Amino acid sequence: MAEVVLTGITKRFGRDTALSDVSLTVPDGAFVVLLGPTGAGKTTTLRLIAGLETPDAGDITIGGESVLGLTPAQRDVAMVFQQYSLYPHMTVRDNLAFPLRSPILRTPEHEITGKINEVAEVLHIAHKLNNKATALSGGEMQRVSIGRALVRAPQLFLMDEPLSSLDAKLRADLRIELKRIHSALGATLLYVTHDQIEAMTMASHVGVLDHGRLAQFGPPREIYENPVSLTVAGRLGLPRINALPADLFPGAPAGAATIGLRPEHIAQGEGQTAQITRVEHLGDQTRLHLSLHGHDIITLTDPHTDLRGGQSIAIAPRKPLYFDASGVRLA
Amino acid sequence: MSDYSITAASPAQKWLAGTLVVLYAVITIMPLLWIIATGFKTPADAISYPPKIVFDPTLEGYVNLFTTRTRVTPETLEALGEPTTWYDRIVRQYDMVIAGPSRFGERFLNSVIIGFGSTFLSVFLGTLAAYAFSRFKVPLKDDLLFFILSTRMMPPIAVAIPIFLMFRQLGLSDTHAGMILLYTAVNLSLSVWLLKGFIDEIPREYEEAALIDGYTRFQAFTKVVLPQAATGIASTAIFCLIFAWNEYAFAVLLTSGTAQTAPPFIPTIIGVGGQDWPAVAAGATIFLVPVMVFTILLRKHLLRGITFGAVRK
Repeated sequence: MAEVVLTGITKRFGRDTALSDVSLTVPDGAFVVLLGPTGAGKTTTLRLIAGLETPDAGDITIGGESVLGLTPAQRDVAMVFQQYSLYPHMTVRDNLAFPLRSPILRTPEHEITGKINEVAEVLHIAHKLNNKATALSGGEMQRVSIGRALVRAPQLFLMDEPLSSLDAKLRADLRIELKRIHSALGATLLYVTHDQIEAMTMASHVGVLDHGRLAQFGPPREIYENPVSLTVAGRLGLPRINALPADLFPGAPAGAATIGLRPEHIAQGEGQTAQITRVEHLGDQTRLHLSLHGHDIITLTDPHTDLRGGQSIAIAPRKPLYFDASGVRLA
Repeated sequence: MSDYSITAASPAQKWLAGTLVVLYAVITIMPLLWIIATGFKTPADAISYPPKIVFDPTLEGYVNLFTTRTRVTPETLEALGEPTTWYDRIVRQYDMVIAGPSRFGERFLNSVIIGFGSTFLSVFLGTLAAYAFSRFKVPLKDDLLFFILSTRMMPPIAVAIPIFLMFRQLGLSDTHAGMILLYTAVNLSLSVWLLKGFIDEIPREYEEAALIDGYTRFQAFTKVVLPQAATGIASTAIFCLIFAWNEYAFAVLLTSGTAQTAPPFIPTIIGVGGQDWPAVAAGATIFLVPVMVFTILLRKHLLRGITFGAVRK
């Protein structure tokens, strides 16, 4: 259980700058989700904290002490990788015991058995303990790999898209499981994902990375409702926020170049007339694809709507977000 | 619709493939059978023409291989009384008695020491070097790897004379250490390249996971990388052993007594009035055994090793 502080972290790989001057405080016991497009530096951040990479500049502290001089083993962190997570030449039991048998922990064998059984119970893999790691399904492998992090009870968990290779049902199950484990252990957890549902449902804080910089850090609702820039706004929200020229609608503040409209920012039945190009019934929601003066807009409507493609509908912005020419939020 | 899928072979194709394999096996196994059979023939049967397919098997070749014998007068032979062992009986047919063991045992042991010693060293050093090349930023990596490979670009025997002089200067001629060193030097390039290929295929994530799980890099290497490289290590070891075991030219040139291996020794076995072919064949037969056993023990790995890259996993 520990607070993690990154101060002015910069990391370059050859000529590419993976992270540039990132400062971030992960509060003790927080569930922090790092969001960002591929190559934004999310995984690099985890690897730096784990000690698999060393920063070119800046400092990392865990629990108030700098860990820069420490090996990964000494940092007392557990990491769940996106793939290749299990040692293929070992059984599930040995995989789970591996961190406990390390020279750092040297757990007595009878304690190991107890801890493994406990974790296996939680993750529903008790019946697979004697299987070879390679004889598991993808979901089981990932559960074992989460289990390998759990048995150690480290001060910090790092998870790099642990659920991305799983099917939707399993992902939903494990999402709940992870959240439950997090609140039960009270551990600090840093979690990388592409998936906004994972971010919104699990995170106590979300950090949005963009091109190696930390664009915004805060609770998920704040990131969603009050994004500092267009890129951050585009990270959360399904369907994605509509970015349109600000002069498309009246009332834009001075300096606004882009108006950002989420579905809840679009009032239907008033204002300008847009053509409906397509209607997608998703069951619990219905998406309207609109065309307004040649610009595409996607919004939501009543699931039981009678609207069809080819018809038209009047729309007007309602408390929209405005951004200047460089994408910075204005109002 | 055909009864057979496009990818599965038809019975006719299977027959053809089977016939070809059997034919090839017969061709390759013929010399081997010939050698084994000759080991059990009498010297006269061994050189008879046309070759005898059916013959009375005898262990004469094996007795001659392992012993030295002297001719004695019939009186002396008489004085010795009845032969007490089966091998005495064989030898006395030719008015001879066993004078002592031959040098074959020693030579064979030399082969074992030098062959397995250099194989162990090649694989051990090769694994460490391959791991370093695979995982670390080695300055001039590509040049070094090319240099290592380039030592194989000419037949090793091309440098026989400089090596001969070097060995004489360093006192390595006719020593076990010298031969182990030489075969290791020749095999190392093969071993580094083969093993680098295998280790490259082991994802780094496993080691990184082990580092985070509380192990040092060396422990991660021994506990995670080595077990997964077992296939590569086994097949590399077989290739190295086969070379070191069968090497003839350097062995002739650099060894004469103490460290002489079996290959230069076997053809020098002389019997009554010329080459003792059954003894030579017996020596060759015994010489085949260790490599065969070693290969059979590791064959599961070898098969996977040969197809590595294509269908590993």
